[in-house]
Amino acid sequence: MAVFVRPRKAFVLAGVLSLAVGATACGSDDGDSGRADSPECAVYEQYQGNSDTEVSIYASIRDAEADLLEQSWEQFADCTGIEIDYEGSGEFEAQLQVRVDGGNAPDIAFIPQPGLLNRFAQAGKLKPASAETKAMAEENYAADWLQYSTVNGEFYGAPLGSNVKSFVWYSPKMFQEQGWSVPTSWDDLIKLSDRAAADGITPWCVGIESGDATGWPATDWIEDVLLRTQTPEVYDQWTTHAIPFNDQRVVDAVDRAGTILRNDTYVNGGYGGVKSIATTSFQEAGLPILQGECALHRQASFYANQWPEESEVAEDGDIFAFYFPPIDPAKGNPVLGGGEFTVAFDDRPEVQAVQTYLASGEYANSRAKLGNWVSANTKLDLANVTNPIDRLSVELLQDERTVFRFDGSDLMPAAVGAGTFWKEMVSWISGKDTAAALAAIESSWPS
Amino acid sequence: MNFDFADEAPKLAMLLYGVVAFVVVVGGLLLLLDVVPTRLARRRQARLAATVPAGTPLGPGRRRSREGLFALFFLLPTVLMLGVGLVIPAIRTLVLSLKNGDSTQWVGLRNYGWMVDRPEIVDILRNTALWVLLVPLLATSVGLIYAVLVDRARLEALAKSLIFLPMAISFVGAGIIWKFVYAFRPAEADQIGLLNQIWVWLGGEPQQWLANPPLNTLLLIVVMIWIQAGFAMVVLSAAIKAIPTDMIEAARLDGVNAWQQFWRITLPGIRPALVVVVVTISIATLKLFDIVRTMTNGNFDTNVIATEMYNQAFRYGQTGQGSALAVVLFILVIPIVIYQVRSLRRQREV
Repeated sequence: MAVFVRPRKAFVLAGVLSLAVGATACGSDDGDSGRADSPECAVYEQYQGNSDTEVSIYASIRDAEADLLEQSWEQFADCTGIEIDYEGSGEFEAQLQVRVDGGNAPDIAFIPQPGLLNRFAQAGKLKPASAETKAMAEENYAADWLQYSTVNGEFYGAPLGSNVKSFVWYSPKMFQEQGWSVPTSWDDLIKLSDRAAADGITPWCVGIESGDATGWPATDWIEDVLLRTQTPEVYDQWTTHAIPFNDQRVVDAVDRAGTILRNDTYVNGGYGGVKSIATTSFQEAGLPILQGECALHRQASFYANQWPEESEVAEDGDIFAFYFPPIDPAKGNPVLGGGEFTVAFDDRPEVQAVQTYLASGEYANSRAKLGNWVSANTKLDLANVTNPIDRLSVELLQDERTVFRFDGSDLMPAAVGAGTFWKEMVSWISGKDTAAALAAIESSWPS
Repeated sequence: MNFDFADEAPKLAMLLYGVVAFVVVVGGLLLLLDVVPTRLARRRQARLAATVPAGTPLGPGRRRSREGLFALFFLLPTVLMLGVGLVIPAIRTLVLSLKNGDSTQWVGLRNYGWMVDRPEIVDILRNTALWVLLVPLLATSVGLIYAVLVDRARLEALAKSLIFLPMAISFVGAGIIWKFVYAFRPAEADQIGLLNQIWVWLGGEPQQWLANPPLNTLLLIVVMIWIQAGFAMVVLSAAIKAIPTDMIEAARLDGVNAWQQFWRITLPGIRPALVVVVVTISIATLKLFDIVRTMTNGNFDTNVIATEMYNQAFRYGQTGQGSALAVVLFILVIPIVIYQVRSLRRQREV
């Protein structure tokens, strides 16, 4: 088997290639150390004293969003001389574990699942937040939020971006033509659904297909309804398994969600009957609203990206969203949502400085100005949020009457929250009895 | 999309490193394989030339030990890779299957108990059995019939490539393609799925094919057959061509009809190839995972062992339960492998 007729040729080739590699690898540039004295740097006063240091950040945010992220802390980096080395990965959740186990943990990670954060904290991998970070976070975020990054009384880091899941998308144009108004209570919502059905428009369109995560949009439905029929405390007990997964109150909530989701006169606009929900992709599910084939679609704020570019997302435009109305007025205005948390695997002063800065109002506003971003940071100035749906989200999050709760399936162990809960919801949509589905989830809760 | 080479420099560098490493390792190995045996052969020749005139025979012991060493040298990478890639992981999986979800505690056989206790296990085992029975049987039959039909027909090469083409598509790719074939739209809308369109033309109501058990498992099996029939056809077609023509001519002279020729000449003639095809497809089917994961992710009662294993171990963080499923899968494959090794040996003896 003579591949290289003359062995020497192979060596020459290898030599040339390795030279080329060497040249590319040496091409990194030297960062300039801060210009701390210029006037725009005044706000970063408290973070000074760490110039010529480097902090690595690892998260799941990629591509265009990642570029905005890097832009958002550019000025901070210039002023303080802390170089921030950001890396985004599509395999973040799995890779973070690998990197931490391999002794190659990033300085800071943005973790979107409190369950995962909890696991790292319990394993002693995370460093508790510094007193400054904690003070900054307590000043800028509601206590509802901070509980998710507090493990055994120790605070590990502030929230960063957020999303609101308690939205119902609708077409303002359709509502105007039909003379409908935006419902502000569950009863109004049901009345509206009946009216739409009577007018020949299927009221709801729903889709829970999402590849190997199929079922998650249904879990959001259940969580939203549970939050509206029970106290936030019951919700917390449910997500932490202090009450069984198939507690009667949860069964009732699922059955109530079923009065919409499993009602053939209410679903599934543009796609068929109840069973079509399980095979309709969540990305496509809401689109029939634009064709007038359905009226309502309950989905998170990030669904804004799914609408075609030519349709205008605005309160008087083609498409907009209203707050998923409360069921029991005594339970206040519950908001279901998600978000990521800034946690640190190292406690060098520059790491703590970055962590504190990311919890500050300056950062929230700097990032919001670049667009497409929502945060529960109370210092976030609404004037800096231009996108109407982002603005609505921020208003909801900053509202004092709002009771915020994190997406329950992100809080539960993966075997349930990313496993049986999704799967059993698919079976439930396909006709499985509520009690049987919830009992199956309960039995899968890892002991 | 603008592509900035400077920005992508680290990635390009990584790519280059990879290419260089590949060239160096593979090139080095090829070089070694090329140079060493030639040099050894040359040396032996030289020694032979030196000893023959002297009239003293070469010590057999010395030569054998040297060649044994040489054989060991070439076996070493294989043994090492088998050890690292097969034996150690197998033992580790076995050990992990006796531990809990995050592998911190020993739980004995509890993971196996969990497997048997779950009501879904019946579905999973039934589906896996269905796959293992139907896919090898149907894929091989389709491949065989096709191979016989196109044998020595006009445009044989074209006809063969047509059925062989799906082999070039990955299971995930095939899954996505067939998901479109089975796609569902309500009766009033235009159908985008081929099957539903045909169904509607025939006067039926559009069906959600993938959501209706038990038909959906059979529809997934069709995908696997679509891929594997090409493989069966190619191997069997080659085997058919290898049947000595004098045998066929002799049979013709004896006046057999096509039917008899198939059962009495062709089939016995290609029996070894048939066994290889059936066994290979059976093993591929047992570990089948991609099609189910892509098309239904095990929902709607279509779950199979391998999909469940993956979900438990890598998505739900239940390494113990996932490993237990892997061990069961391993045990199920063993009889098939033993059968294949045996039949291969028998063949060699003949």
